[in-house]
Amino acid sequence: MEISLAAEKIGHIGSFPITNSMLLSWIVSILLIIFVMIATKKMKLVPTGIQNFFETIVEVLFNTADGVIENRNETKKYFPLVATIFLFVVCNNWLGLVPGVGSIGINEVKEGHNVLVPIFRGGNADLNTTLALAITAVISVQVFGIAAIGTIKYAKKFFNFSNPINFFVGFLEIISEFSKMISFSFRLFGNIFAGEILLMVIAFLVPYIAPLPFFFLELFVGLVQGLVFMMLTLVFIKGATSEAH
Amino acid sequence: METGITPEAIKMIAAAATIAIGGLGPAIAIGMIGSRGLEAIGRNPEAAGKVQTSMVLGLAFAEAIAIYALVIALIVKFV
Repeated sequence: MEISLAAEKIGHIGSFPITNSMLLSWIVSILLIIFVMIATKKMKLVPTGIQNFFETIVEVLFNTADGVIENRNETKKYFPLVATIFLFVVCNNWLGLVPGVGSIGINEVKEGHNVLVPIFRGGNADLNTTLALAITAVISVQVFGIAAIGTIKYAKKFFNFSNPINFFVGFLEIISEFSKMISFSFRLFGNIFAGEILLMVIAFLVPYIAPLPFFFLELFVGLVQGLVFMMLTLVFIKGATSEAH
Repeated sequence: METGITPEAIKMIAAAATIAIGGLGPAIAIGMIGSRGLEAIGRNPEAAGKVQTSMVLGLAFAEAIAIYALVIALIVKFV
């Protein structure tokens, strides 16, 4: 049973290595784009079919986001980013559970013994993907904050020279922004990667029937981690776009 | 074959101890967050939605600490 912390490389474009989780992320992106294009072609006022399904998803997500920000106009500004993060994370997690992901692969010889290199691997089971999402989210929070209250007021949150305590607190705020990046990426990566290992171990021990409850657990965890990523980003946006007290 | 305590043995013990001890604090934290959240909902059922949202958020932060410990354990074991 081979477990690799880093995603394995399966090809190259020029000198840029392609990993198996990158491949699945591309497939997820293409599927999402195709799905949305089908859902928004020839839109009707009373939706039916795929447009209805997609409008349900958008309505549920919008109400959830509105529950955090409590201001419909502001929510409209921030909704595209957080909803995309949610859909991308959830689809990546769920597609990582499809049979074939992690089991169909190429036999290679690494360090003397034979290993199976899977062609597909859960997109968020690679720290690179989750770190990219985390950096995007945190930088977007800064950009939204500057757009909402202006550069000087926003910088005053971090560089406050009125008295030494406030200066120290501002410095801690800067460090806390970086810790948000680490925390976002490791939360998502740890949950999904540990889930993959759990499924592999259970399938190794008892291949039939017993993995079922663990697959349900992984479906649930995949959804909850996407939800948590979205809600945390929203909470940080709300904090960044509000005036300092 | 080496005798005595080999680096392999220390690695295994370290990986197990990391997640065992590292999961202790978050487990207590999650239990307390859940219990206070339920208490709050019981006292004020109208605010159930708001309490639930904040509770899930707090749960995610607490669980993240356990995940950090798990990642370190995985690194120790597999790298």
